[in-house]
Amino acid sequence: MVLKIFFPQCCNRADSGLLVGRWISGHDSAVVLAVIHYPFIPGQVKQYVQQVSAKSGVELSVLGSWSLPKEGQEGMESFLRDLSTIFPQQRWLQIHREIGKTGFTCEVLNRDQSKTTFANMLLLVQMFQTVATSQPLFFMDRYDDGPLKSTHWQSEGREASIIVELLKQASVPLCLLISWLLSIWTWICNIRIFSLYPLRWLSSKLSTCVQLSYKTEHMRTLSSAKPAAGHTQFMRKANILVSFLVDVALGMLLISWLYRDNHIAMLANTLVPAADHVAKELDELLQWLMGAPAGLKMNRALDQVLGRFFLYHIHLWISYIHLMSPFIEGILWYGGLSACLGLTFALSLLSDMVALLTFHIYCFYVYGARLYCLKIYGLSSLWRLFRGKKWNVLRQRVDSCSYDLDQLFIGTLLFTVLLFLLPTTALYYLVFTLLRLVVVLFQGVLHLSVDFINSFPLFAVGLRIFRPYRLAEGVKFRVLCEEPGTALHLLMEINPLKFSTVVQMYRTPTYSCYPKDSWAALVKKLFVGELIYPWRHKTIKTE
Amino acid sequence: MEDEAFTDINGKAISLDCQSHSGLCREFTVSSPKVSVGKVMVYTCCVWLLAYTVFFFTENTAVLSSAILITLLGMMLHIHFVKVDHESLLVIGSLGIQVSSSYASGRETTKFIEMSKIKDIVINEAIYMHQIIYYLCVLLKDPSEPDAVSSVVPLFQSSKPRLNCLVKVYKSCQEILSKC
Repeated sequence: MVLKIFFPQCCNRADSGLLVGRWISGHDSAVVLAVIHYPFIPGQVKQYVQQVSAKSGVELSVLGSWSLPKEGQEGMESFLRDLSTIFPQQRWLQIHREIGKTGFTCEVLNRDQSKTTFANMLLLVQMFQTVATSQPLFFMDRYDDGPLKSTHWQSEGREASIIVELLKQASVPLCLLISWLLSIWTWICNIRIFSLYPLRWLSSKLSTCVQLSYKTEHMRTLSSAKPAAGHTQFMRKANILVSFLVDVALGMLLISWLYRDNHIAMLANTLVPAADHVAKELDELLQWLMGAPAGLKMNRALDQVLGRFFLYHIHLWISYIHLMSPFIEGILWYGGLSACLGLTFALSLLSDMVALLTFHIYCFYVYGARLYCLKIYGLSSLWRLFRGKKWNVLRQRVDSCSYDLDQLFIGTLLFTVLLFLLPTTALYYLVFTLLRLVVVLFQGVLHLSVDFINSFPLFAVGLRIFRPYRLAEGVKFRVLCEEPGTALHLLMEINPLKFSTVVQMYRTPTYSCYPKDSWAALVKKLFVGELIYPWRHKTIKTE
Repeated sequence: MEDEAFTDINGKAISLDCQSHSGLCREFTVSSPKVSVGKVMVYTCCVWLLAYTVFFFTENTAVLSSAILITLLGMMLHIHFVKVDHESLLVIGSLGIQVSSSYASGRETTKFIEMSKIKDIVINEAIYMHQIIYYLCVLLKDPSEPDAVSSVVPLFQSSKPRLNCLVKVYKSCQEILSKC
């Protein structure tokens, strides 16, 4: 087996001394964690290594000697070679480098014959685990004034940031404040009066209330007193925090645009005429349908009934809008304030307002769809009667059946009536379904953008751009030098995750709204006349 | 360093470069055929002719500027994400295998597979549209189950060299894999 030694780059220029690290069993490899410099007392080194070993739980040992001879340090080689007798090891490494050359020369003194044991974990995994758990070894940096001097990857000082430390100090009282506010809010929400049936059903349908509960959950995660348990939890908390801050910033931007230059009054002034215009268009549409639309000849009586019914609805709705028109500006003003909680709130409020304003289109769609659905079912059942068959509910299949003469007579009569009334109903159904689909599409776009803002892992993407070594997919090797007398020298670097993997792995799970049915199922439902609710909301995953 | 005249499955010329860094470490680089200038000119001319015809009918200069922008953007995206310049395979005995492809813009994607996960390197056959081609692939195994093949990683996917090139790489790799 080939001997593999993992050597930290920081020790490339370190002074001569002893190598401290760990032998990884089963792979014939060693990880060098630090170099303890000459001069040292071997007894102190042994004690120190034992101490650190016990504290970290990793079996550290003195691996061998490292020599980088500078001027005035001859005789080092023999001294370091003699050290192998002081530290009784199975294998003793001697790594040597000349200044000016990149290659190392490496010799191994094998005392006992080592037996190859079976490796049950990957080499690189074990190596990184060793480095991660040997934290106590890296506490001694070069500014310490102890008997031993060492060089390791943190000997220049540990990487830290003042801002992060300040935030850590400030976060404790902030978390307490937020959790207190949240407890008050949950108490308000749990008051009995809000648990009555209609309010509860309404709050589950309105997307604003859903957003509120969702954001409360997030705040609860953020303000919990325990620190994050693992990497995933930490990334999730950080992503939630950053998304929330960006959300609020975008909301503030929207507010600054909305409340400037009297934009609200402008919006309110265009809203009522717009609603009037929509109602007028619908009016004209119905008049057209009641005439001879596209040259088709409708059944006059049914046409008039349906048309007048829908026209009356529109008249009711327009009077309602005119009743509300003095209050619209006030509603918009206070509604716009909700954007200070985040852009997602403003968008959900907009989606709810659109749903309320186009409620009449929804009603028309339901009426048209129900009529059409009844007609289709009646037709299919009477068609079966026409052919002498019947639907067997018990067996869920079509069976032949012998009908009496009067059953056949009435059935055929009804069948013909329904069949000739079909074009009229179908046309009304088609028109109102198209209108409903337009509204659903618009609401879907709003919900998708809310979803996107909520679930996109901004912190993870930022980390990937600015500190790519913290999100690693693996390692990559590069051949550094191949001088013939020396060992093969490779440079190992962290291979960061791809952006697509980052987004996929660290997405915050949301009540994502996605199409419930495939296209085929949707078309079938439209054809038969079943009511469609194309966007489905998943329940929030609780972990 | 060796450079013979190899071709890929479509007949275009590619080159293979074998470097032996040490007894246990070898690197194979297969360079794909370069983009021909003629093809680029043909595409650009087509797009711009189309833009001019649309401009002739609509008299809107935004059409022309958007055509230029689209061409530039398309070319940049193509050389950054699609066009592979060369693919390399670095075999380090008893450590692992590293597969990397570098794109025309200089971007490199690398993947390293540890030796304990590798079962073998083989030449496999595949049905690719209307032909049957040979490709070199790495068979991976789960370290706990040394007999089952858990997945297959195909190598040199963009350059698709022919069998003579693959055999050369295969023989070299097997020498190293058998030593440890």
